Amino acid sequence: MSRSKITTDLTILVIDENAIRGSIIEEGLNEAGHLNVRVIHEMQGVARLIETMDPDVIIIDIENPNRDMMEHMFQLTRMISRPIAMFVDRSDTAAIEAAVDAGVSAYVVDGLKKERIKPILDMAVSRFNAFSRLQRELAEARSALEERKVIERAKGILMRMRGMSEEQAYALLRQTAMNEKKKLADIAQSVVTAAGMLL
Amino acid sequence: MSDRVSTQSGDSAVKAPSRVRGKEQRLLRAGYIPLMDAAILIVAAELGFAEREGLRLELVRDVTWANVRDRLAFRQFDIAHMLSPMPVASMLGLGSNPSPTITPFSLGRGGNAITLSARIFERMKSLTGLADDAGALANAKALAALLADMRARGEAMPTLGMTYPFSSHNYEFRYWLAAGGINPDRDVKLVVVPPPLTSDALSAGAIDGFCVGAPWNMIASERGTGRIVAAKQDIWPLAPEKVLGMRPEWAETNADTVSRLIVALDRAARWCDDAQNHNELAEILSAPDYIAAPTSIIRSVLSGEFSLDAQGTTRVVPDYFLYHGKAANYPRPDQASWIYSQMIRWGQADFSEEGMARVTSAFRPDLYEMALGANAATPDEPGERSASGYDGFMDGEIFDPRDVQAYAERFAVRSTSSGDDVTEA
Repeated sequence: MSRSKITTDLTILVIDENAIRGSIIEEGLNEAGHLNVRVIHEMQGVARLIETMDPDVIIIDIENPNRDMMEHMFQLTRMISRPIAMFVDRSDTAAIEAAVDAGVSAYVVDGLKKERIKPILDMAVSRFNAFSRLQRELAEARSALEERKVIERAKGILMRMRGMSEEQAYALLRQTAMNEKKKLADIAQSVVTAAGMLL
Repeated sequence: MSDRVSTQSGDSAVKAPSRVRGKEQRLLRAGYIPLMDAAILIVAAELGFAEREGLRLELVRDVTWANVRDRLAFRQFDIAHMLSPMPVASMLGLGSNPSPTITPFSLGRGGNAITLSARIFERMKSLTGLADDAGALANAKALAALLADMRARGEAMPTLGMTYPFSSHNYEFRYWLAAGGINPDRDVKLVVVPPPLTSDALSAGAIDGFCVGAPWNMIASERGTGRIVAAKQDIWPLAPEKVLGMRPEWAETNADTVSRLIVALDRAARWCDDAQNHNELAEILSAPDYIAAPTSIIRSVLSGEFSLDAQGTTRVVPDYFLYHGKAANYPRPDQASWIYSQMIRWGQADFSEEGMARVTSAFRPDLYEMALGANAATPDEPGERSASGYDGFMDGEIFDPRDVQAYAERFAVRSTSSGDDVTEA
């Protein structure tokens, strides 16, 4: 009764502890025409949800510590009548490696045609990658800002304590960094730390 | 790599070796879960045992056994710290994404224990007059009595945590419960909890007990939230624990590397077992990159000094954790048979002769012996009445590896049909 899904849309469950990434995936799925999508961020009550929702595809981030719990659930309850496979087509190693690299893992109801699943997984992989690229860029921007701040503070300390001009202070920091083969920000940080201890 | 280059000038009298040495992989990516028995891999990488054999180990910490399995299958790992039932399940095609896996080396013996919440243990004591120093079987029977009492009062059944459906913890927990007369599929609710979260889950009241590897039991008992009621040694000292898993085709194309690796791990295992090194080992393992647990607790695990509860009840379990002694590294095919018997007992698998062949092919003592030669440890004869024999079970049962089917069906408490009635209500 519940398994007449050959022609209807696929039911997809996305489990992601990162709410933002989860909604990015959901949006991508909706754009691709999948409207039976549910995103959850925590495992509370997930067993019952899977039972009632009976998803065809479950996408879960690979860093989720609850994957072992999920697999136990599949074992126990046989909630999905057919066995569940990690990937539809084991021979497509490039696609599988891309997925694992991106941090995507998926459970798919056995017997679904791979043409139906592959676009979903590809989309998840590219969105996961885009998300981590964004995060990396954000982290880089943040640390660049931090570095600039610490260099400003170090310059200020040198100007105050050694009566230097701003240019002189900067030149001294840069020369020291070059001599010691270290990053300018690291030298600046040690000036700030040393000043903190001396004052 | 420069030796063995065969330069033959013209003459076809001598054939080139079919496989040229030196092409084998020497940098190995090894996946592990932060547990005490990842120590042999960690020590081999940290203290130069791998390097001495011309290998480099790149250790990658992971969060779930499912990930370890998938990353090994999809070639992101070359070798991996695994639960001993995982290669067995993979050879039987059980679970999600099974991919053939073998083990030529076991990563130690012991380390598991069963912990119940202090609240449950107090109720067991007041209901049955259970002694503080009662044995594993008495504790299991007292829990059975408490469960009956709870049922009579209309209380919900307790939730108990273990680590993975194909784990020693699952089978040992079930063994202990069933020996006390408890049906693990009907009388309690078994759930999976990631090992590092077990102690917190117990404190939070999300679970009422768990079976997990070291050091997590001790962490719960030191906190006073848990009471250790059985150690692996109580249930069956010979019970297999973690193994080093690899893909069979990888092991074949990297045969020389596998031998070197086994030599490196053997030396690392001897080092780990030496009590003189335990302070240093505890220091290494407690680092945030590895287990990230207090050094003092890791030190007590290594010496088998159990604090059973926060009131200072202690117990010393000899050989609680063995990295090398008692042939701990020997990958015994009869252990794989025992795992198979428990899979049958609990409805995860059916018995067949073909299944037997697949199961025993997962454990590869031939590779272990070939690598170590005269240094290979030889396990005791199983028939002997000894702690490492087949007869050391808590309920007096004796395992017969020649008749796995009869052994599996002999248990009074087991899954009745092959899993079909194991559904959640």
